Amino acid sequence: MTTIETKSGTGRTGTRGVGRAAVRGLGLALVTLPGAVLCFTLTLVSLALIPIGIGIVTTPWVLTGVRAFADWRRVLAAQWCGVQIPSAYRPVPEDANPWTRTFAMLRDPATWRDLRWLPVDMTAGFLTALLPAVLLFYPLEGFALAAGLWRVFPDGYWYGFVPVSGQASAFGAAALGLVILFFAHFLTPRLLEAHFRLTRAVLASNQGELAERVRVLTETRRDAVDTSAAELRRIERDLHDGAQARLVAMGMDLGTIEVLLDKNPEQARKLLAQARQSSVDALTELRDLVRGIHPPVLAERGLGDAVRALALRLPVTTEVEVDLPGRADAPVESAAYFAVSEVLTNAVKHADADRIWVDLHHVAEGAGLLRISVTDNGRGGAATGAGSGLAGVERRLGTFDGVLAVSSPAGGPTMVTMEIPCALS
Amino acid sequence: MRVVLAEDLFLLRDGLVRLLEAYDFEIAAAVESGPELAAALAELEPDVAVVDVRLPPTHTDEGLQCALNARRDRPGLPVLVLSQHVEQLYARELLADGSGGVGYLLKDRVFDAEQFVDAVRRVAAGGTAMDPQVIQQLLSRRAADDQPLGRLTPREREVLELMAQGRTNAAIAAKLVVTERAIAKHTANIFAKLGLEVSDDDNRRVLAVLAYLDHGR
Repeated sequence: MTTIETKSGTGRTGTRGVGRAAVRGLGLALVTLPGAVLCFTLTLVSLALIPIGIGIVTTPWVLTGVRAFADWRRVLAAQWCGVQIPSAYRPVPEDANPWTRTFAMLRDPATWRDLRWLPVDMTAGFLTALLPAVLLFYPLEGFALAAGLWRVFPDGYWYGFVPVSGQASAFGAAALGLVILFFAHFLTPRLLEAHFRLTRAVLASNQGELAERVRVLTETRRDAVDTSAAELRRIERDLHDGAQARLVAMGMDLGTIEVLLDKNPEQARKLLAQARQSSVDALTELRDLVRGIHPPVLAERGLGDAVRALALRLPVTTEVEVDLPGRADAPVESAAYFAVSEVLTNAVKHADADRIWVDLHHVAEGAGLLRISVTDNGRGGAATGAGSGLAGVERRLGTFDGVLAVSSPAGGPTMVTMEIPCALS
Repeated sequence: MRVVLAEDLFLLRDGLVRLLEAYDFEIAAAVESGPELAAALAELEPDVAVVDVRLPPTHTDEGLQCALNARRDRPGLPVLVLSQHVEQLYARELLADGSGGVGYLLKDRVFDAEQFVDAVRRVAAGGTAMDPQVIQQLLSRRAADDQPLGRLTPREREVLELMAQGRTNAAIAAKLVVTERAIAKHTANIFAKLGLEVSDDDNRRVLAVLAYLDHGR
C-alpha cells in the first residue's frame, strides 16, 4: 500500500503500444464476457437460494469469487493504463459462521456495486475492450479484399459501407481500411483506457478514497500501537534485567561494605571497587537504552546532526548530505532517524558495501516533504518482503503517511528512498 | 586554580564542587544554565571551565555551544566538556580549532577522582583529555580500511589509544607499568608507521594523532 508503483503504458501511441492495447483488449474481452456472465449468474442463483438455506453456504464463496474477479480488474487497470480503482470492501470475519458472513457481505455497499458492475462489464465493458482489437484487425480484412479476397465473394460483399464487387471497389475497401487504421493508431490505447475508466466509474464508490484512507489509517494505527507496545516491553525487560538488577547488586554490596568496614577493611575495599564497577555498567546499559529510545544527539541537534553522528559510528565510510532549513516535529524526526538507522544497519550487514551515501532534504512543494535517500555500492538484491528489516521501516513510516521505495538490482547499487510528508519549523 | 563549573543537576553540581575543592581547586562560579555560563566565562576569566553539554533553558547542546563560543572569543580557553554520552561529532567540533586545551569526557569518568582531576589539570595546562570511548570509536572506524594502523603491534595500539586520550609518556608508562624510555620507543615507532611528524611537544603530538584518526571523514 505504501510502495510506490511504477505506472506504465498510459496513453502510449507507438506502434507497439497500439498492437499491445489491441491484443490486451481482445484478451480482456474474451475473458471478461464469460467471466462476468458466470459471476453474475452464479450470484443471482446463489441469492435466490438463500431462502431455502443453500444460498447461505454458497453466497460467501460466490461473492469472494466476484471480488477476486473485480480485484483482478483493478490490478490490470493500474498496470496497463495507470487507472487507480480503490478497493473498499469491508473486512469479512474469517472464522464466522456462513450466516454471519453472508449477511456481512450483503450489508457491504461494495458488494452491490460489484453486482451493478457485472452487467455493465458484460455489455459496454465488453465492447470497449473489444473495439481496440476491431479497429486494428478490421483494416487487415480490407487489405485482404484488395489483395484478391474479393474474388471469393462473387455476389458482392459489404466492407463497412463499401459494396465490394470488383478490384476497383476492393481498393476502395482497402482505402477505408487505411483510414480506420489511421484512426486506430490514435484511438486504440485510449479506448482501452476508456474501458478501465468505465470500470472505475461503476466499480469505485464515491467514498472509495475515504474508505481506502480509513483502511490505511486503521492498519497503520494498529501497527503503531503494536510497535510501541513491543518497544515498551523491550525497555521494561532491559531495565529489569540490566540497570535495575545492577543497582540492587550495588545496594547489597554497599550494605555488606558497611558491615565489613571495621572487621575486614581489605575485603570492604574490594567490594567497593565492585560496587563502582556495577554503577559504571548500569550507566552504560542506561546509555544504550536511551540511545534506542531517543538518541541524545537527536534531542540536542536535530535530524541532520543525529544522522551525521550515526554515520560516524558506522564501520563503513558514509557521506551525509543535509539540506534541512528547519526542524521537523519530534515524532517525525524520531521516525526518520530510526528508519535511516535501520536502513544503514541493513546496508552494513548485508550489502557488503564499502561506501554509503545519505541524502536528507526537504521539498517545499505542497504541504512539504522530507525526502531521504540511502545509497550503497554493495551487492544489491535488497527486498521489502515480509520479515525483512525494510518491511519494518515501511510500517514505521506508514504511521506518518511516509513511503519507502527500494531499487536494488542484483549486483547493486542499492538505493532506498523514503518520503515523509511534514512541514519544518 | 580557578574553575567555572556548569551543571544543571544540583546533586552532580554539588558533588563536583566538593570533589574539585577537595583537590584544592578554587570554584570561581558554579552555574546551572547556558546564559549564566556565558556570563561567568566572559567576566571571571577562569583557568579552566568544566561544562555539561546539556543545559537549560533549551536543554539541547547549550553548554557545548557556550564553550565553543567562549573559545572563539578567547582562543585556547581551557574547556572540559562532560556528557552522559559521547559523540565523535562533538569531539570533532571541540578539536576543530586545533589549539588544544580541550577535554571531552563521559560523566562516569568522575567516579575515578584521581584520573578526573588529572584530566582537569591537563586541560587547564593546554593539553587534551578525550574519552576512551571516543578514541575507541575512532580506532574501530579507521581500523577496517587503514593499512598503517594495521601494521601497529598490539602494544603500540595500546600506547596509541592512551596517547590519543591525551596522556603524557610518563602517564602512559605508569599505566602500562613500563619505563618511560620504552614508551618513547613505542611512540617513535607509531609515528614512523603512521607517517606523522615527530614532535617533542606532548600537546602537538596528541593533536596530530587525533587529526590522523579523524582524517577523511
